[in-house]
This record gives sequence, structure tokens and C-alpha cells, in this order.
Amino acid sequence: MKSAVIVFPGSNREQDIADAIERATGKQPLHIWHRDTELPSDVDLVVLPGGFSYGDYLRTGAIAARSPIMSEVKRRAERGTPIIGVCNGFQILCEAGLLPGVLLMNASLKFICRNVSLKVETSQSLFTQRYFTGQVLSVPVAHHEGNYFADPTTLDRLEDRGQVAFRYCDEQGNVTAAANCNGSARNIAGIFNATKNVLGMMPHPENATDPLLGSTDGSGLFAALAEVVA
Amino acid sequence: MSETGVMERPNDLMGLTPEEYDRAVKILGRQPSLTELGIFSVMWSEHCSYKSSKKWLKTLPTQAKWVICGPGENAGVIDIGDGQAAIFKMESHNHPSFIEPYQGAATGVGGIMRDVFTMGARPIANMNALRFGDPSNPKTRQLVAGVVAGIGGYGNCVGVPTVGGETNFDASYNGNCLVNAMTVGLADANRIFYSAAAGPGNSVVYVGAKTGRDGIHGATMASAEFDEDSEEKRPTVQVGDPFTEKLLIEACLELMATDAIVAIQDMGAAGLTSSSVEMAGKGGLGIELDIDKVPMRESGMSAYEVMLSESQERMLMILKPGREDVAMKIFAKYELDCAVIGKVTTTGKLVVKKNGKVEADMPVEPMVTQSPEYDRPWMKTPARAKLSTDKVPVIEPGKALEALMSSPDLCSRRWIWEQYDHLVRGHTVQRPGGDAAVVRIPGTSKGLAITTDCTPRYVYADPEVGGMQAVAESWRNLTAVGAKPLAITDNMNFGNPERPEIMGQFVGSIAGMRAACIALDYPVVSGNVSLYNETQGQAILPAPAIGGVGLLPDVAKTVGIGFRRAGDAIILIGEGEGWLGASLYVRELCKSDPIAQTVWAPPPVELGWEKRNGGLVRAAIEGELVSACHDISDGGLLVALAEMALAGKLGFDIKTPDEVPAPHAFLFGEDQGRYVLAAADPQPILASAHAVGVTATVLGKVAPQGSLTLDGRVLISLEELRTAHEGWLPAYMSAQKGLPYADVRRRDRAHDP
Repeated sequence: MKSAVIVFPGSNREQDIADAIERATGKQPLHIWHRDTELPSDVDLVVLPGGFSYGDYLRTGAIAARSPIMSEVKRRAERGTPIIGVCNGFQILCEAGLLPGVLLMNASLKFICRNVSLKVETSQSLFTQRYFTGQVLSVPVAHHEGNYFADPTTLDRLEDRGQVAFRYCDEQGNVTAAANCNGSARNIAGIFNATKNVLGMMPHPENATDPLLGSTDGSGLFAALAEVVA
Repeated sequence: MSETGVMERPNDLMGLTPEEYDRAVKILGRQPSLTELGIFSVMWSEHCSYKSSKKWLKTLPTQAKWVICGPGENAGVIDIGDGQAAIFKMESHNHPSFIEPYQGAATGVGGIMRDVFTMGARPIANMNALRFGDPSNPKTRQLVAGVVAGIGGYGNCVGVPTVGGETNFDASYNGNCLVNAMTVGLADANRIFYSAAAGPGNSVVYVGAKTGRDGIHGATMASAEFDEDSEEKRPTVQVGDPFTEKLLIEACLELMATDAIVAIQDMGAAGLTSSSVEMAGKGGLGIELDIDKVPMRESGMSAYEVMLSESQERMLMILKPGREDVAMKIFAKYELDCAVIGKVTTTGKLVVKKNGKVEADMPVEPMVTQSPEYDRPWMKTPARAKLSTDKVPVIEPGKALEALMSSPDLCSRRWIWEQYDHLVRGHTVQRPGGDAAVVRIPGTSKGLAITTDCTPRYVYADPEVGGMQAVAESWRNLTAVGAKPLAITDNMNFGNPERPEIMGQFVGSIAGMRAACIALDYPVVSGNVSLYNETQGQAILPAPAIGGVGLLPDVAKTVGIGFRRAGDAIILIGEGEGWLGASLYVRELCKSDPIAQTVWAPPPVELGWEKRNGGLVRAAIEGELVSACHDISDGGLLVALAEMALAGKLGFDIKTPDEVPAPHAFLFGEDQGRYVLAAADPQPILASAHAVGVTATVLGKVAPQGSLTLDGRVLISLEELRTAHEGWLPAYMSAQKGLPYADVRRRDRAHDP
């Protein structure tokens, strides 16, 4: 397996997710600078990491979505290469049109860094196959703009086609308003594209892959990827 | 340039005293130009020259065999083994944060990070120490909101975790909040970069953001008291751009991995002036600058404005001959400016030219070595009486605990630290809320423990004891997570040093810190002084904030404050007489009692016990005998126990030992040098305590049920306590402007189920 982490100016969790991939696969991914226009042909997993690409100026992810490398990322997405965008990566995927909807400012209008409970909505994807549907994960969030928004028709379509990957829930798995840390529509924390080879999510599974740091609930996602793209 | 008589002085001396002005004239042998006067003014400001504090700072111990570089460089450097070094410093941004809280705090974080990565270190953790006015003061809420958002806004974007800190409230900060930011970085011990210029003919290279007209004379502003017009000083506050800082870090570290750099210095307070003067001064050389080559944000800037601008995210470096292209290429990748703006000379002079005209031509060495140094008159703080326990009202302990745990100084700081990304980089082993933060050193099993500490009410009551206590508490907090404390950075926040009683606070604090640093083998490696924290004659409670760093050889052995297992024994380490003077019990709960009218002596610090008790605790953690550990500080024993219960989601069941002082003094006294441990098997700990003469007392057990029980009586349930503890700050921050905080607390209680 060869994976590539795209580094934008202002990315800051590229090493966190590279380390999580290394823990799962034994190999460090390539780091690809956003000005590159092509990915090596044997890359079979593309990662858009968290951070503040372009300082979140204009709109989160809006400038990075127009970086030179993004044309190649779109081509890979169409060809079915697994692509995961976490936090700012999710925002970039939405801005690039690879995922529907947009991430608004948190309902509290404040940055939030804390562990949240996430409900796995489906195990039927290459990203979530190591989890069971309904499993509750403890994973941190760290964002200011994580409030997922899409029009009701789009939300219904996402639900109907099983494209909702994760929802914010309480420790027992109940999807409640109180557990919705940022005000996201229908508590949505992560979604797939229609062909389920692109996943965008606000929480940071890469920061939950090491027992010393409090949780390993994110490891299943990386283990699944290691298996699929091997 | 005027060549008129020496005694003739301009009307505006830009903050210099007439005597200082005359000294500048003597150094130059003529009247200074406008640009030169500006340069003297900032270089000799209190902020840059330490003219009131230098005499006393020199008395602090700065040596240990693990110290690689002590005070005097951009930050302190210590050896942490395996060829690695930790580089750290704390710095204040008090004045700008009061004027413009978001940008003031944000640029404080940006500035301290630059001090650390200038030396070749990747910043791995940020901390802070914040002090605000009385919660009922109408400005406090806005300052808390702005400062916290500013610290988060900058640190989160740059991708350096903000892993902890401390926050106090006191009416003395109504007119001057304190914002002290600390950064810890990691470098290879043999790849540390210093600021001394070398190699005449070498290029002086400017990198980073462009220069604008912001922050001109910021250092001078920070060296004066506030008056009622302090709002008008807003234009002296800079605006931060964390995105540029992030790129600057990556570009500098990339360039540092080559061999192109001779010397490097960030442009902080006094911008291009202090960076060029410091580099030339340390190298014993001259620097010639061509202002026309400086990347500028706006046109028509004069040499004076360019030299004094405090635009953020800029660095100055000296490169080896012929290596300019290496730098240009790296900075072009990050789309940052990089320009050769001058050269190193042998003249020993700072020469500034614009349009071919000499705007400044001044000898560097006398500007640095003949900078004013004052032995300001000082008055020893009068000794305070000891508060006798029988004068202190007895309050039912459950009620007292609930009130203390929901008081502004002891309530949960979650509202603050959840706005900081404390997890980015993926190495945060102990998150905010414990005694010290712990971050793993990537690729190793080691960890660094970091803490910031000061108890200003103790320092006010007795500066010497307070200075000692700040150092000791920092040492204790590192010990409580299992780390070996190595060194500190100090951030001295005081009022107007021209007043003998304030200078007396400074002198006393330094004496106490010195004693503690020596006794605990815990030297000062960097620091910062912020004076004139006064508004209309009202000085702050003195705050010598201590940033401590310690090393854990095996980070997996660290313990937190939270109880881990029901049934574990709870052990009190250390002894006390039940010291209630200067305690939070008296301050928060006895407001209407006559004792509240007096400043009482704070708890003494017995450094010998401190070292002995700490050594025992560290050995017990190292030996994996301990499941939880917490030092006893603000609020005393019962507060420490309650914090351990809340963090671990478990209760406790304890008994008051037979021979104790009055029960309220035992439970809430703030005697120093003490810890609470939880352990599955207390015997080995008791045995080693006995062997080294440490008092260790088993108080009871961690309880499975969620209640806190004392002598067979339930004090309060864990959930009630949690509601009180977690509720105050969010309720206060979300309340309507101007609503007194006491009302907020009552309203919050009314909502309790």
C-alpha cells in the first residue's frame, strides 16, 4: 500500500494522520506538496489532513480546494481511489465539490477541542468495515467550523443512500441535541460520496490510535484502510 | 542632523528621561536624528533594556549541568538526553492584551513561538498564565473572552497544542490584565541557532511578512502606566497572522536543516531595531541596513517607521556567503518574502540608509553596554501577622467545599481549554486540568512535563515567601506527574518600579525565587519582565509567574490526578499546622468576617521538606506504586481530594486523623509541600516514607459510589459537586453584560435539578 498525505500551506495534522497510517501499515505515507499536479501512479490512498489551509481565510477550505493538486485528487476520486479528508480535509472536499454540503461555524461560535462520542452509521464501507453498525467511538474533535449544513433534499438523499458515516451521539449511542457538539444538521459528523470511496469527517480518528493518549477507537478505520488498499 | 548644543533637548524625548537623552547625545557625540532617537527610545525602554530589574535578575541561579544556554538568548535551552534539547521561554503581552484582547493575546503567542523556533526548535507545546480583574468588573468578561479566543485563534492555526495554564481573578487586575504565554520547543542539542552576528561582509537577510506601520513604539507603550486614555493606545497593538507564522516556522526549520545560517533572530518588540542591534552587539560587529530593500506593506514609510514597526511574523538572519539562493528558494516555496537588506560590517556601528541618505549611524557597543541600569530605591514589604485558627469561622465542610469549588479561582477551566487545540501533533499524554501537562517526545519513550504557577495573593502578602512558593509549586506540579523538574522560565509581572514599595515586592520575590531555585536545583534559563502594570496608581497583585519544565524518562509511567480504582488507599504526604492565612477559605468564605480586613502571612515554604517529600513521591510514581497523585495547593486538602474525585469519576471515604489541628484548618489549610496519593497497596509507600522521615498518613479509600464521605458523613454527591464546579465559568461567560457574577451563580444554582 502506498498512501499520500497532501500538505497545503497551513495544514497542521499531516504528521498526526501519517503516524496513524504508519501504526496501521508499518509505512509512512508520502507527503505531497499542494503545488504538485500529479500523484505517483501507485498511490492507492489519498489523505487530506486537518489544519488551517490558507489560514481559513476567505472560507475554510475554499482556497485549498483550488490548489493545483486538487485536479489530480478529483481524477483519483472518479477512478475510485479511496480518499479521506479529516477536519480541514473534509472542508476542502466539500469546497472542491467531492462531497455535498458545507461546514459552517460551530453553533457555539467557539473553537471546540474535546472527546466526543460518535455513532458508526454503517459498517458497509471500506472505511468503516472494521466497526459494527451502531458502535459508539470516543474520538476527539478540534474545530471552529464543523457545523455540517446541506439542504433537506441533500440530507434526505444522503440518508437514503447510506452516505452518512458518523453522527454525534451520547456515550450510550443516543443521537441527541445535547450530544451535537457543533450544531450539525441531523448530528452528522462524517459523510461518504455516492460511490463511498470518499469520506469526509470532522472528528480526528488519527488522534485516537494510541493507548497512551487515551483512546484507540480510531484505529479500526486505519486498520480497515490498510486491509482494503493493500 | 542637528549639530546644535548638547544641552538642548527636543520636546518629545519618546519616553527617555532627560538624563537618558543626554547619555545618548554623549554616546553619539551629537544630537540624535529622529530615527536615532526612536532607536535609543525603544532599546532603552524598560521592556527591552530591563533597566530597573537587571540588577536583581543577575542574582538568580542560572546554572546546572543540564543547562545548555541560560538567560540572554531568545530562549533557554536544556539538555534532555539522547542528543535532544528542550528550548523554552515565557513572555508577557499584558499591556496590548488589555487594550485589544484578541490581537494582544494572539500576538503574544506568536511572539513567544518565534523566540523558540528562532533557536532551531520545533514548538511542541504552548502554555499560558492569565490573570483578570474581578468578575463583577464590567470589562472582565470581555477580556476573558477576547484573550482566550486570541490564544486559541493563533495557537490552533499554527498547529502547536496549548496544553495547559492557569487563570486567576482579582480586583487588582481590573485595569491591567496579565497575559503570559509560554512555548516549549524541541531541537537537536548540536543544532541550536544563536543570534550573534559573525563574518563581516555576510548578508543580512529579512524573511517573513512585510513591514507595515503597525505597533510603532509598542515597546515604549508597554513601559508606561495606563491612564484613563489607554484605549487610545490601540494603534500601538500589532495584528497577528498565524497562517504566515505557520509558514515561517516550516520555512525556517527547512532552512535550518541546511548549513546556510550563521545567526538568526526574530523581530519581536522594537522590531528591526532590536534584532539588528542585538545581533551586532552580541557579535561585536556592525550592521548596515538599506531601508529601501525592506519588504513593505505600504508605500512612503520613513526609516523611523520601518525601524520601529512591530509588524509580526518577521525574522532577521545572517547567511553564509553565497547561500542566499538556498534561502530564497525555500522562502519562495512558502510564498514568503525573503530579501537581502544589508550586510555585516567591521565598523561596530548600526548604519541605516534610505535613498542613499544616512538616517542613523550609531555605535552599537555603547548603546548596549551603556544602557541605563537603575538601582531603584525599594522598601521591604512589612511582615504580616499569622492568622490564628481560632479566629476563623467554622463552616460546614460540605457547604464550604461546594462554595470553594464553584468560586472563580477554583472552578473548572474547561470553558477556557476546550477552546484550545490541546491535541494537535498527537503527543498530548496529559491534557489540561491536571497538575502539569505532559507531552511525549516523538519517536522516544520520553515525555516533557510543563506547568505555569504563581499565587499572587501570597506574593502580595509576603513577596519573599510568595516568590519561593511559586517556584516550589511549579516543582511540585512537575513532581506530581512523575517528572524530574529541570529548569524554569520566569515572567515577572509587577507595578511601577519607581515606587519603592513595588520595587520592594520585586526584590523580595527575586530573593524567594533564588532560595527555592538553589534548594531545588531548578535554575532559571529564560525570562521576561513586565513592569508598570498599574492604572491610575492602582498596582496589580505582584505575579512572578513561573513556567517549569521537567523530564519523564518513561512517559508511560506518568500518573494523573484522577482516582483510578475504587478501594485504593488515599495517602496524605507531608504535614501541616492548618495554615489558613492568605487562604482561599478566608478570601472566599469569610468575606464579611473582620479577619477579611487584614492581609495575613501566607503559608511558609520549608524547602528541605519540599525536596524530601517530592523525592519520595517521584520515586513512588517511578516505581509504579501510585495510581493517582495531586499536589495540595489553593483550597487545601479537601479541594485536592475533590478534584481527584471529579477527574476520576469516583468518590472517597476518609477519616480525619486523630491528631490534627482544628478540622477546618486541616481540611482547608494551604500548608505547602504536600501531596495526595492513591495506591492499591500503601505499605511500600509508608515504609519508604518512614525510612526517609516523611510524614505519610492513610486517610481512607477511594469509594465506588459517587459521594464524598468524611468521618462517616456524606459531604456532597459527586454529581452535585460537578455541577457546581463546571457551572460557574460557562454561566459567567454567557451572562448578559454587566450582570454581577454573584447573580450568575445564584441563577445557575436555581437551574440545578
